Amino acid sequence: MKFLNILLAAFRALHRNKMRSFLTMLGIIIGVGAVIIMLAIGQGAEYSVKEQISSLGQNILIIFPGSQQQGTTRSGAGTMTTLTEEDAAAIAKECPAVAYVSPGSRAGGQVIAGNMNWQTGIEGVGASYLEIRKWKIEYGEFFSEQDVKAASKVCVLGKTVAKNLFQDSDPVGQTIRIRNVPFKVLGVLSEKGQNSMGQDQDDVILAPYTTVLRRLSHFPYLRSILVSAVSPNDITKAQEQITSLLRQRHKISAWEQDDFTIRNQADIASMATATSEILTILLASIASVSLIVGGIGIMNIMLVSVTERTREIGIRMSVGAKSRDILTQFLIEAMVLSLLGGFIGILFGVIGSKVVSGFAGWPTFITSFSILLSFGFSILIGVFFGFYPARKAAMLNPIDALRYE
Amino acid sequence: MISGDVNVGKDGKLIEIENLSKIYKTGDFEVHALRGISLNVKKGEFVAIMGASGSGKSTFMNILGCLDKPTKGRYILDGIEVGGLNRDQLAEIRNKKIGFVFQGFNLLSRTSALENVELPLFYCSISQKERKEKALEALKIVGLADRVNHHPNQLSGGQQQRVAIARALVNNPSIILADEPTGNLDSRTSVEVMEIFQKLNEEGKTIVLVTHEPDIASFTKRHILFRDGKIKSDSLNNDIKIASEVIKYLPKIDEEGE
Repeated sequence: MKFLNILLAAFRALHRNKMRSFLTMLGIIIGVGAVIIMLAIGQGAEYSVKEQISSLGQNILIIFPGSQQQGTTRSGAGTMTTLTEEDAAAIAKECPAVAYVSPGSRAGGQVIAGNMNWQTGIEGVGASYLEIRKWKIEYGEFFSEQDVKAASKVCVLGKTVAKNLFQDSDPVGQTIRIRNVPFKVLGVLSEKGQNSMGQDQDDVILAPYTTVLRRLSHFPYLRSILVSAVSPNDITKAQEQITSLLRQRHKISAWEQDDFTIRNQADIASMATATSEILTILLASIASVSLIVGGIGIMNIMLVSVTERTREIGIRMSVGAKSRDILTQFLIEAMVLSLLGGFIGILFGVIGSKVVSGFAGWPTFITSFSILLSFGFSILIGVFFGFYPARKAAMLNPIDALRYE
Repeated sequence: MISGDVNVGKDGKLIEIENLSKIYKTGDFEVHALRGISLNVKKGEFVAIMGASGSGKSTFMNILGCLDKPTKGRYILDGIEVGGLNRDQLAEIRNKKIGFVFQGFNLLSRTSALENVELPLFYCSISQKERKEKALEALKIVGLADRVNHHPNQLSGGQQQRVAIARALVNNPSIILADEPTGNLDSRTSVEVMEIFQKLNEEGKTIVLVTHEPDIASFTKRHILFRDGKIKSDSLNNDIKIASEVIKYLPKIDEEGE
């Protein structure tokens, strides 16, 4: 029996029981659709995490004082007194792979402007901070190198802070008080949104790190140094140069550990990506359970179909159908069910993903991989769950099948 | 490949059966359905196998039709020793050498007459065009050229049986086996079906037919009577009735079958 004939016969058999065929397919449709939607959500999350991380700047290095762990004791932030302003200046001067350096200090506190107040973090940064972070001033201006040197009491506001302190009025030129120290607002940063950890990056005030160190935190050491490499390819080189420079400056002998930690964006990115990959796998495996349930549905219906059509099988055998012919016929029927279901399921999944991103606002990302995966999976399910009923049909005794009522 | 051509031995034997037995085991009991049957059928014969129910004639037909295997004995069909063949080889014999006609017609429902007749040809390598030509030809022989696209439920019993006969013919088999082909038909339609069988026999087809009605057997050339799994008698029919003549004297009850 030729393949095309079998295929035609399979379609005809399924057409005869339209409703039943559709309901059977529904299991696969939902399964495949769910797999595609879940993969789309997972991969969308992965994609947006990557995008946010790269929006931070791909060639960023952050130097923290102290190693994260010394022996079994972890140092608190205030005790880490290894990074100095001089270190930062030396990095800028002596490391050729480094483009910009922005020393960092931090203070928190209540900020007052007129009759409004707001609790936020004050980041002390260098004049090149915006270049490193690839951030822009929406209006007004950023403070200059001069302001940093002079420890001027100036600042720029994040979008969230500006909104909370000044509502719709223009904050540029106004004075705000941070812990009773008056700061002049030079500008407002453009909106950056949430970072990959869900923090509002716009809830921040940027001020010269010198000002923060001397007027607010009264702590002579840097909390971090933000560095950008000349290009993303130079990150490793920059890291090596900074390491050897700092070891030399801190007089660390060869057998001692670093008293600082350098983290690059790639590390952070791979960590966040790994997390969202796990999420994707988790979602997809839950969805594939429904695909297996759909496969069991196919097996169930095929078993019913074999029983119902025992006489037909007998007739076919009596006119010369071999076991192989009957096996192929029922296997093809099961596969047509699962493949057709798979195909509709893909459409359903693609549309469903769009609906999910439309309503829930989640980014979804459909890859050809997820489509191929679920399509291949549905073929596999057709073969796997169709085989047993088909074999049962093929092994029938012709006489018994013919006499079956 | 087994060819559909009839290649009988020098003595013209199409079927050679020697000491054939069939024993069914049900639990501790052994049922001897056939007890040592020996029989030859030559090419061109028209044989009626008769007997009461339980006489073993249906079992015999199943073995003859390669649907079942004998417990003991030899069965040679058209020069092929059938006893040693496996499932698939038997299927091929059924496909190439045997045409079945059943009491209950056994047509595929919701499938047109043409497709029903084409069915045996699905299981051998043959082009779609040739398949359709052969099926139409077979339907023409049984007088259903104008009913090719009807489904079984749109056909009368007689017409359904004629579709089944066309299906049995379509592969040009060595032998046509008919198991109570008139059992579900009224007397006039029965004679009409017998008319077709007689015509086919005249054209050289070998036919073996199981019936318990003497009227039906009277249209055949040879009568074999089974009793208790053995052949009681085997004789030539000296008074063959001609179906096409008989039908003229039968009243037309209704238009069914026409």
